[in-house]
Amino acid sequence: MTDKHIHDPLAEEGHPVKDFRTGVPATPPTEDVPASAIASRSSRTLWGDAWRRLRKNKLAMAGLIWAIIMILVALSADLWVPQRFGDPKYIDTTTVSQRMLLPPSAAHPFGTDRMGRDIFARVVYGSRISLAVGVIAVAIEVVIGLILGAIAAYYGKLWDSVIMRIADVFLAFPYILFAIALIAVMGKGFMNVFIAIGILGWPSIARVFRGSILSVKENEYVDAARALGASDLRIMTRHIMPNAIAPIIVYATMSIGGAILTEAALSFLGMGVQPPTPSWGLMLSDARAFMFTAPWVMIYPGFAILTTVLAFVLLGDGLRDALDVKMKD
Amino acid sequence: MLKYIARRILQMVPVFFGVTILLFILRAPGVLPGDPIRMITGEKAISPALYQELVKENGLDKPLPVQYVTYLGKLVHGDLGRSYQKDRPVVEIFADKYPNTIRLALAAIVIEIIVGIAAGIISAVKQYSFLDVVVTLSTSVLVSVPVFWLGMMFQVLLGIKLKEWTGGAFYLPMSGMGSPPDLAHLVLPAVTLASVSTAYAARITRSQLLEVMGQDYIRTAVAKGLSDRAVIFKHALKNAMIPVVTFIGLDLGAMMSGAILTETIFNWPGVGLEIYFSIQQRDWPIVMGGVIIVVFAVMLINLIVDISYAFLDPRIRYGGPAK
Repeated sequence: MTDKHIHDPLAEEGHPVKDFRTGVPATPPTEDVPASAIASRSSRTLWGDAWRRLRKNKLAMAGLIWAIIMILVALSADLWVPQRFGDPKYIDTTTVSQRMLLPPSAAHPFGTDRMGRDIFARVVYGSRISLAVGVIAVAIEVVIGLILGAIAAYYGKLWDSVIMRIADVFLAFPYILFAIALIAVMGKGFMNVFIAIGILGWPSIARVFRGSILSVKENEYVDAARALGASDLRIMTRHIMPNAIAPIIVYATMSIGGAILTEAALSFLGMGVQPPTPSWGLMLSDARAFMFTAPWVMIYPGFAILTTVLAFVLLGDGLRDALDVKMKD
Repeated sequence: MLKYIARRILQMVPVFFGVTILLFILRAPGVLPGDPIRMITGEKAISPALYQELVKENGLDKPLPVQYVTYLGKLVHGDLGRSYQKDRPVVEIFADKYPNTIRLALAAIVIEIIVGIAAGIISAVKQYSFLDVVVTLSTSVLVSVPVFWLGMMFQVLLGIKLKEWTGGAFYLPMSGMGSPPDLAHLVLPAVTLASVSTAYAARITRSQLLEVMGQDYIRTAVAKGLSDRAVIFKHALKNAMIPVVTFIGLDLGAMMSGAILTETIFNWPGVGLEIYFSIQQRDWPIVMGGVIIVVFAVMLINLIVDISYAFLDPRIRYGGPAK
């Protein structure tokens, strides 16, 4: 720990540590050191330290790099995929019989599906759905979870019991059945998958955030802020949030993988993204009839899900260690 | 202890009402597309008089709160209504399906206990060794695998390809459940269902064991000259196992809600598949009854887990849960 501080470039600029190393008695910061410098220095060490620890974790960095590659591929797909591998949705009925279920080759690196569409192109476009679900569904669950968790923890008493009992009800439901039932109610479709996953995910976020606020709330600086007349909203956003947010970052990263898996499962069961939109889960559902004769229709979409989820799982694990968050489960 | 159990049971009451009310809201007219009477009669044209009669017979003419109270009244007597389409009591349908779900769940739990805990112990004891890296990596991969894809891969590799490679001499059945004592049909579904949980069990075992091994009483045990084996199995494991046992118990509870994906892939006639089909066919008596049974089973197992947890760990009994 001390070793890190000595090598911290900021610390080497500051007098106390240097003086200590050269044997000169350390002098306390004098009044001409601006307060803002101290503040910025401490906040930079918190996140800087975490980043430095994360960078040393090879698996987490591999996850981060893979996630970035996936995002770049998904964003740039329009520029290069249809030109080389064909439209991932279009079915040319006149040539289907010659193009269907071709094994992997130079022209079709992942082979073609039963409609003669290039599987590589569909896997690439499928990444857009999966990443969008990961980001949007998790954003929905984080926003709902943060608001409800904060209300429960900050106002306590009745609010706390009501919100936490509702969370219990949500958690008591079998997860995937609940998602299917919600989609049966809302109708099948792209946006409804996001909403269903978002609605189902908030209780865990709310619980984690509530616990984290409850422990931060006891600190004296919160009392001090209140004594100075700060409003509830200001105390919440300026004093409690920054200190209670680390577990949420870790949890949200891990939830991205979970959301991608849920979307794949829902689409696989026919309750998610609808054809002809390429989604990895949907491709696997199509593949069931052909997987024994043409295994490539099933292998590549599965690997795409596996590696993408794995990237976020490894990144989440790394963040947990780097931010030193203790997870209960 | 009794006080703790009583409080724990009381906590279940609002959850139970919440679940049933939520299910009723999902079922309310206007929320879901589809007319329940049409579900009963199918495509047949019926006279308006008969239609009204069916509405009355099913109690659908009453206001929703009245329907809810009627439903709860029947529920207390073990009556969950009749399926719209199958013309069978819901309770009977699930009495048929539950043994299959329980069979699959127990097989998966056995795998989880043996493989998960063993892998966790090995990787904790040989921390940073090659084996530890293998276990850590494979658990990360397993929690990232889509279960249904894993099942499909097993079907292709251990069903079809293995049969080809061994000239038809050896392979595992890929679908259905066979007649009950038949264990071969159980292997692939059970391994598939157990995969994710086994990985979590291994991770929790590892991290708990490592945490316990760092404690003073373990150092004392080592210092007084006990063998590694005695330290781990007699002293460390006992304390490290408490959270693992809890996890496995809760997981068994979760499996009581059936395993839709595993059941779909392997055509295993369990409760998850039944509820899933019924949602698609909008056979709401089965969905409502099924979810209520399932939630009840899950809560019951969670209750047993919590009570045994309190039994093992006095801090919970006296301090009360940190909720």
